Amino acid sequence: MIRRGFVDDKIGLKYGAGGRAMRALIERVCLAGIGPAPVDGIGLAAMDDGAALRVGDKWLVITTDSHVVHPIVFPGGDIGRLAVSGTVNDLAVMGATEPLALTCAIIMEEGFARTDLERIYVSIREACQEAGATIVTGDTKVMGRGEIDGIVLNTAGVAFCDRVVPDAGLKPGDLLILTGTIGDHGMAIMAARHKLALEGDLRSDVAPINGLVRAALAAGGLDVVAMKDPTRGGVSSALHEMAEKSGVGIIVEEMKVPVRTQVRAACDLLGIDPLVVANEGKALIGVRAVAAERVLAAIRRHPLGSDAAIIGRCIEQHVGAVILDTGLGRRMLAEPEGELLPRIC
Amino acid sequence: MTRVPDTDRDQALSELKFRDPVRARALVEALGRRVAELGRTPVSVMHVCGSHEQAIARFGLRSTFPRGLNVIMGPGCPVCITDTPEVDEGVVLARQGVHIATYGDMVRVPGTSMSLADAQAEGAKIHVIYSATQAVELARSTSDQVVFFATGFETTAVATAAVALGGLPPNLSILSAHKYIPPVMEIVAEMPETRVEGFLAAGHAATITGSAVFEPFVARHGLPVVVAGFEPLDILAGLVKLLELIRDRTPQVVNMFPRCVTRDGNRRAQEQLWKVFRPTGGRWRGIAHVPNGNLRLRDEFRSIDARRRFTIDLASLWDHAPSALAQSCICGDIMAGLSLPTDCTLFGQECTPEKPVGACMVSNEGACKIWHQYGGHPDLGGET
Amino acid sequence: MCLGVPGKVIEVAGNIATVDFWGVRRQVQLDVIDEPVVPGDYILNHVGFAIRRIPESEIGETLALYEQLIKQAEQDDLMAEDVRSEIAASRDDPRAGH
Repeated sequence: MIRRGFVDDKIGLKYGAGGRAMRALIERVCLAGIGPAPVDGIGLAAMDDGAALRVGDKWLVITTDSHVVHPIVFPGGDIGRLAVSGTVNDLAVMGATEPLALTCAIIMEEGFARTDLERIYVSIREACQEAGATIVTGDTKVMGRGEIDGIVLNTAGVAFCDRVVPDAGLKPGDLLILTGTIGDHGMAIMAARHKLALEGDLRSDVAPINGLVRAALAAGGLDVVAMKDPTRGGVSSALHEMAEKSGVGIIVEEMKVPVRTQVRAACDLLGIDPLVVANEGKALIGVRAVAAERVLAAIRRHPLGSDAAIIGRCIEQHVGAVILDTGLGRRMLAEPEGELLPRIC
Repeated sequence: MTRVPDTDRDQALSELKFRDPVRARALVEALGRRVAELGRTPVSVMHVCGSHEQAIARFGLRSTFPRGLNVIMGPGCPVCITDTPEVDEGVVLARQGVHIATYGDMVRVPGTSMSLADAQAEGAKIHVIYSATQAVELARSTSDQVVFFATGFETTAVATAAVALGGLPPNLSILSAHKYIPPVMEIVAEMPETRVEGFLAAGHAATITGSAVFEPFVARHGLPVVVAGFEPLDILAGLVKLLELIRDRTPQVVNMFPRCVTRDGNRRAQEQLWKVFRPTGGRWRGIAHVPNGNLRLRDEFRSIDARRRFTIDLASLWDHAPSALAQSCICGDIMAGLSLPTDCTLFGQECTPEKPVGACMVSNEGACKIWHQYGGHPDLGGET
Repeated sequence: MCLGVPGKVIEVAGNIATVDFWGVRRQVQLDVIDEPVVPGDYILNHVGFAIRRIPESEIGETLALYEQLIKQAEQDDLMAEDVRSEIAASRDDPRAGH
């Protein structure tokens, strides 16, 4: 395990941001506290998108997420859709594209509007239908006014699969496919918070992509060697993790990375790199070079994958690093500290 | 003059972005030839704008510069050169319960004992804004006192001036940490160790001040100044031109950003700027005293000057001794272009964007942050 | 910070312009700009204020400026090439001396 930084006495916002600080917290406090938790499979120590436990000749994949996004309704979705999609996608990028069951727990602030809650459940139902998932159990709590902000959701998901695809399976020569445009979710949230008074068609990409991933796996089989969804910290965070865990370097061709014009414009205005902005309906899929075109074609045939592109390749040197070829020159892509915005998902 | 093909022009027009890789390569080759012509290496030139370094780093231009060319980042990061006592002023106010509105970069710059972000973790109300007008909106939304902790060079100070002239809500005041760039070029030019043979000047500041503002400097020091924009082609073309001037020993001010810069600049903005601010000497972090380098509110605006509205007692912050790490920080040398971020023993180890020791590691325009973020070392060619 | 980004004016209402930055629109203050601005103009935005109107003619001129630099550098190289070949030729000529 790579040594990470220390953890402050007071847990600041950055520890929830999905980046290095958070990983340091998990390693030094959570893992250290929980103690060795060996499993027959992928457990806590791997810090993957979920856990995978061997059950007979199959794998049981489990994941859990808490959702604190603010505002709870944003262009393109709401906290309900986000909750279902987030969990379904975490399962999917581990290789488990048929969710067996989801849980959904809510904690509301006293005074929360019933119509808002109803709307959230409508979104949850729609997202479940798209994903072929079912909520089977949950929990409900209400806290006093001011004791929690609006609403917090927690979802857990379980699924069986025959093969687990970790985020650590890359080798030099492998190629990286990005399933669509990046930065949509993060910029939509930014715009919705009105701090920037930006008008434009910025909508979140939040969607369950297990069908898309299933198509990729069907086309690529064992040649699909690593997968990750680039949520907090964007593609940059995800690629850094994949590179580090796999023991490879990655070169990304910036001009191949799909970004919508409006998202690029918003990013330019704010001096933000789309590569570090959160996504909620995309996946990074690592494939053996020989299968890349076939897998890409399968993804592109899916409605959620029409903008997919091969954006990078793995190399032997610069292990753990991500190099960006800008078309004009090269630079290292920095690993973001975490998410730029608090409460992005 | 060659005729510009319509599609290129339309493309450039439709994006106002000058990022064409083919032209970039041609300009890089031209740059290589210019350096070779000079027959001596290294040739050192300096830019004084964090946004130039951002653009250079972002597009990976350093990996394309010829080996004999040293493009030094000078003290062009307005946040990095904000001195510790100025940060402390903001921190003290924040701890007194005053809302602080400031541009994002400022929030994590270390003060004597803490940054604004640290104060925020203890409960202070810090608001990140993207435009000076947001400070006004913030003040209107609360009855508490709000202070706009205004940082940035003259281009940004113009926005603060406009807002000040528009009249502020009674609960809003301005803590000015604005800086003025031309004086520091003098200091760098006069440093005995300096090897800088020419300057790339910031296009946006020159949009306001006009390119003429550099003429006295050029006359005094015999060093050429090229005013350049921020697109990759702007920067490369600016460097080519600068090297030509060095080669021909013709110290002049050349405007390579005519789409935004004129000789006289934006007079209206200048008037507003100097109506509200006066230049005064002050310490820039790591560079010691810069005569006329700070912009402070004029007396006529004392009623909206946070330094007059509040009593800011910095002694309360001096319980902590400056950290031992701070002694090893060489931000000052880095900002003067005498050292590289990688020359600092703390770079990337004890000093990282998450845990910055020096201001250069905090701001998006700081040399250390940019190098850390974008991987300053240019040796990314021939790897695979 | 919204630093020095160009955009196209869509609408002007008093002191405030609505500017399109290729897909996203933002309001920009016109307090400090030194020329009148009308819809269709390009402006340079800096932290929410328009600091300069960018004349369309300048775009083509900027591109031409780069072309000139590139051409000049190539010509100089050709000249250098001529000189080099002359020197090489004279070296081969026994009558040329040193």
